[in-house]
Amino acid sequence: MTDRYGTFVASPLGRRLTGALGLPQPVELRRHTPGDPVLPGSVLVLGATRAAEDARTLLASWGLEVADAPREGARHAAIVACFDGVATPADLGAVALEIGGALRSLGSSSRVVTVFEDPEAATDPALRAARQGVTGLTRSIAHEMRRGGTANGLVLGEGVPLTAPGAAGALAFLLSGRAAYVSGQFVPVATADGAVPADAARPLAGKVAVVTGAARGIGAAIVRTLARDGAVVVGVDVPAAGETLAKVVNEVGGTALALDITAPDAGARILEHCRTRHGRMDAVVHNAGITRDRMLANMDAARWDSVLAVNTTAQLAMNEAFLAEDARDVAGQGLRIVGLASISGIAGNRGQTNYAASKAGVIGLTAASAPVLAARGGTINAVAPGFIETEMTAKIPLATREVGRRLNALQQGGLPQDVAETVAWLASDAAGGTNGATLRVCGQSKLGA
Amino acid sequence: MTHHETPASETASRPAVAGGALRPAVILGGNRIPFARANTAYAEAGNQEMLTATLDGLVARFGLQGERIGQVTAGAVLKHPRNFNLTREAVLGSALSAATPAADVQVACATGMEALGTLANKIRLGQLDSAIGGGVDSISDAPVSLSDGARRVLLQLNTAKTTKDRLRALAQLRPGQLVPEPAGAGEPRTGMSMGEHQALTTHKWGITRQAQDELAAASHRNLGAAYAAGYMDDLVTPFHGLARDNNLRPDSTPEKLAGLKPAFGRQLGDQATMTAANSTPLTDGASAVLLSSEEWAAERGLPVLAEFVDMENAAVDFVDGHEGLLMAPAYAVPRLLARHGLTLDDLDFVEIHEAFAGTVLSTLAAWEDEEYCRERLGLPGALGSVDRARLNVHGSSLAAGHPFAATGGRIVALLAKMLHEKGEGSLGLISVCAAGGQGIVALLRGR
Repeated sequence: MTDRYGTFVASPLGRRLTGALGLPQPVELRRHTPGDPVLPGSVLVLGATRAAEDARTLLASWGLEVADAPREGARHAAIVACFDGVATPADLGAVALEIGGALRSLGSSSRVVTVFEDPEAATDPALRAARQGVTGLTRSIAHEMRRGGTANGLVLGEGVPLTAPGAAGALAFLLSGRAAYVSGQFVPVATADGAVPADAARPLAGKVAVVTGAARGIGAAIVRTLARDGAVVVGVDVPAAGETLAKVVNEVGGTALALDITAPDAGARILEHCRTRHGRMDAVVHNAGITRDRMLANMDAARWDSVLAVNTTAQLAMNEAFLAEDARDVAGQGLRIVGLASISGIAGNRGQTNYAASKAGVIGLTAASAPVLAARGGTINAVAPGFIETEMTAKIPLATREVGRRLNALQQGGLPQDVAETVAWLASDAAGGTNGATLRVCGQSKLGA
Repeated sequence: MTHHETPASETASRPAVAGGALRPAVILGGNRIPFARANTAYAEAGNQEMLTATLDGLVARFGLQGERIGQVTAGAVLKHPRNFNLTREAVLGSALSAATPAADVQVACATGMEALGTLANKIRLGQLDSAIGGGVDSISDAPVSLSDGARRVLLQLNTAKTTKDRLRALAQLRPGQLVPEPAGAGEPRTGMSMGEHQALTTHKWGITRQAQDELAAASHRNLGAAYAAGYMDDLVTPFHGLARDNNLRPDSTPEKLAGLKPAFGRQLGDQATMTAANSTPLTDGASAVLLSSEEWAAERGLPVLAEFVDMENAAVDFVDGHEGLLMAPAYAVPRLLARHGLTLDDLDFVEIHEAFAGTVLSTLAAWEDEEYCRERLGLPGALGSVDRARLNVHGSSLAAGHPFAATGGRIVALLAKMLHEKGEGSLGLISVCAAGGQGIVALLRGR
């Protein structure tokens, strides 16, 4: 599971050698530890727009130093470039070139966040061209970022200001170490819903969160991160995984629930557990998933059916139970559902026709369920991990694994922690303005991009 | 002497031990690790590791991390001297608060019952609000003692101050003293193994090979069905790669068992009927049960399964041959039932620990026998029959295995769940025999 090449590159000899040969030079990324400020340095806010003004106010309120222009000899930790108000493609150049002039002043693991309005809300071709242009600009900047830096976009819906809780929350998330492995992506904030958590260090305080597949890997990382953020966690996994589930749950002080999520009463049993033990259920993370890889020409019904059953059908059934009228007493207002999808569901993958179908299905059910959640004040989103260093990916043959690791702008695999941070953010009220979206945590992977 | 009148409300709020009223002790659930045949999956795990894992599984299921439980009482029949504080060390190694007191107890195979019964009493008296009772045993990691001769030599060596003294001590060592003494090799006063004792009882009551094999096969099938239906999901937490008791043969039939050679009954020749399959195997494992007051459970939103109503201990003189080694529960049950004005018919479920199939069947036969009940049990007539449809309905020790001190906890947790599903007021009886001619029985009521 160790990225030996990355460790080698970090050494003085390694750095010289790989530099000379033009080989990938991954950098250790800045990740979040509790107590960290949003950014370790000052922020450059570019643009003379409403969003820029809002950004300056927000960043200052978070205790960050804000600048309008790059300072001679000073390093900045981030650039927030505001493109709200662009009307034609010609309007992009001014701020784009300002970004260019400031790129060299960025430190390591820096951030560029572009803020713009939703292209799909524009009917005028020129307006749409302008807004959509920002997506191409942002993606390219992400490819050009050096030393572990990332670039992402924050897409504001009609009439949603940057000061709306969900937008402010998205900005804080993208700038922080929590979004270390998110690059070249766009976070839509379509509504002014959501709330600023009372305690920034524990945004999930007072919340009860259910995590399926909690015993190992990304699921265990999600449990730990949600608990770190203040949630009481109910860890769910199959009875056979009970030993490891108990260990993970005992680490964070939650409860363990052994059940098979494909059982017809799984949703009801989870609800009953939350009802009697905790009195509420605020977030559900559908992380449980399996792979049964085989080339389609050799695929059999058992392999196909089991993957669809666990990865997609079980989520649908559980969501139905959680959203039913008789579950209102437990899963009331503001229920947040986060499902795990995968790059495989977006780009496809050899030998993963069943897995890709199931994960694309998650993306689909997420989009379609959004209005139902919105009507009751909640949200449903999905996270699509790229190449994440886990037990599973450690088993991939060396050559394939190295390629998979390096086929992204950050030139390294992500950690389970990176996926967990995005899940935890989506489970919080700070992401209340984002609904029906699938966020890739992939380091700007070239697959399916 | 003036009598100070205490207002009723004040008395009611006092614990029973301080003058208030007794309150119920309720069972919230339990956890055990799957049981493993000796020298298989748990060959490297010791008592402390197994008990700690069992406690941790219970903690995880009920969210008790960092909780100060009133008391944890457990025990192990085969115990290393270094494990003198076994339960306390297991608590310290678990996720429970280190401020949780613990105690070790030992009544052979009825250890778990003694642990749970005494804890329930403390809860009823108001001395404890919560408790965990259970037990553990490892045959694989059984303690092995030095012979007395070798031990004396080593103790002398320890106190010897000069080389001359040390050599003098060593010179007393004889080769024969170096053979270690295995633990638990049979009843000390009769020299007979438990199986041999039971073989005499089984023969006396005329229990057939067929009846024993049927009971054994049913035990396996019923436990297998329970696992298949997910019934054990909130009772068992996997350990060391085992998710189910590895002695379990879910598709067992009397026909499959018919071909086995007898394992006990040397004195009985071709009338020996007890085999390896209708006797419990040597097993490793551990169990724990969570008990509390109703208030403690309500505060934490934990559902109450059953009430631990009462227990009775009994013992018989098996040495002079007048009673079977494992017949003590036959005496205990009538005393327990009489206290509550109950008959065997009033019981919705009966759990009789299957030390041997012959033990269960001998006990049932004894209760049906007019003469035995009158002369031995002091009853007016036969105690009655146990409806076989209510007996060990989800299998018992023959299928699961029997780590001695863990069986009490296994049965209490299972029966509590069964009674909870049966409904409020349903009654369950537990009967566990033990080496040394003892036995403990208990009455549970569903909530």
